[in-house]
Amino acid sequence: MSAAGAVKPEPTTKGVVPFLKIPKDGQPYLAGSKCTKCGEVVAGARNQCGKCGAREGIETVTLGTTGKLYNFTVVHRNFPGVPVPFISAIVDIDGGGTLKGNLLGVEPDPAKIKFDMPVNIVIKPVPQKDKEGNSYLSYFFEPK
Amino acid sequence: MANDVYVVGTDMIKFGRFPERTVPELGAQAALMALDDCGLTIQDMQAVYSGNLFEASGGVGQRILREIGQTGVPVVNVANACATGATAFREGWMAIKAGVYDIVLAVGSEQMGSGLLGGAGGGKGIPTEGLLGSGTMPSVFAHVGLEHTRKYGTTFEQFAKVSVKNHQHSTLNPKAMYQKETPLEEVMGAEMISYPNTKLMCSVNVDGSAAAVLCSEKKARELGLMGRAVRVRASALTSDPYTPRNIAMMDFNAVTRLAAKTAYEMAGLGPDDVDLIELHDCFATAELVHYENLGIAKEGEAGSLIDSGATSLGGRIPVNVSGGLLSKGHPLGATGIANIYEVTTHLRGEAGNRQVEGAKIGLTHVVGAGSACAVHILEKA
Repeated sequence: MSAAGAVKPEPTTKGVVPFLKIPKDGQPYLAGSKCTKCGEVVAGARNQCGKCGAREGIETVTLGTTGKLYNFTVVHRNFPGVPVPFISAIVDIDGGGTLKGNLLGVEPDPAKIKFDMPVNIVIKPVPQKDKEGNSYLSYFFEPK
Repeated sequence: MANDVYVVGTDMIKFGRFPERTVPELGAQAALMALDDCGLTIQDMQAVYSGNLFEASGGVGQRILREIGQTGVPVVNVANACATGATAFREGWMAIKAGVYDIVLAVGSEQMGSGLLGGAGGGKGIPTEGLLGSGTMPSVFAHVGLEHTRKYGTTFEQFAKVSVKNHQHSTLNPKAMYQKETPLEEVMGAEMISYPNTKLMCSVNVDGSAAAVLCSEKKARELGLMGRAVRVRASALTSDPYTPRNIAMMDFNAVTRLAAKTAYEMAGLGPDDVDLIELHDCFATAELVHYENLGIAKEGEAGSLIDSGATSLGGRIPVNVSGGLLSKGHPLGATGIANIYEVTTHLRGEAGNRQVEGAKIGLTHVVGAGSACAVHILEKA
């Protein structure tokens, strides 16, 4: 066996969460699950329904690209290396599901952040790479 | 009732930072103090329920017995987020209720580092803290507070008043880590961590331990311990019921409401019957929402309840007269039992300067991220 047998995989671009999908052809998107029994839509993959307990009929759906700001906080102190301040936002996605993410394009001042403001959910590359050198796409919220 | 369960002994150590000591040492100290409180020994205990979160796989209960007496009794190690201590207490209550044992020891202990708890990520890929919002506990509970602001217009100042009140209470509690008054301007002007929680609106990560001896009525009478016994009128534990935003934004309201409802029903009591409450003020924002979750304020009236002074010592329904987690500190596995100690001390009329006069019924509440909620209702026997 050759000592140089192990092949290192080429770095690639991944989603920051498993439900951020990057198709070979076409635009990246966020995937969710819809329970056909109770109608609940959640972000991410599910085998069963956490709301009604249904074991079957969970459909994979594409989550909406717009939503409304349900809640936020302005974060001023975080772990070393995390740039502050930033806005941690809770967004109800139009069509179902809720996400937590960073709200961009708004001053991190509670007086300037409006509950229920409409936002776009955008997917963009981030500068961080993992240990294997893979690049990442993340989702963000921006005022509509 | 004949199968009622009683707290016959309880105590806690003064919370603080003890890096030179071990978790079992801390647990052993509280265990011995609780045993001394009722004049019993570890040889009298038929089982031990040990709550600890950060060393959950480390057999903390057995290691406590190595310190104070390896009697060979069953030991159950319990981990359930910030409801760990209360869950250990409840396991002991259940075993007596079921008639398996007559007398058991519940002990909670924790050793914490300092700094932020929580934070998203840590798994595969890249860290998501600060990229997908924030999962630190100050942020999670800032979201909890601002949801109340969204619904009812609750202000930064109203949240800050919780810290003013609890820090003031702490000056009467020699077992609190901090016993220092903080005026409103100081609370609001402290370093902002996650709006609206400033540094003085966050509980303190500390080391600590607390313990309780639980006993059947028959055994308590046999041992002549009914004089200072406190009856457990209700013990409720819940996990988070499904609510739509719970995955993105932890919902501590539904899990608390369900536990409160269960406990009030079990006790046959309502919020108006309660004389004092020790609730989970891990952050100042949390205390206000729990006023409504526990039914002591109507929907949307938590802000005016703190404004009115009703939850201060001497008010209609004093909350966290111990100083709360905000002043005592929050050693996760010990907190739930420390709350039981506080309420028991008032029901016995032994709380000294901070005594809630004439207290007959008290309620304890803890809630853990993930989520778990425990509510206990205690009554002077």
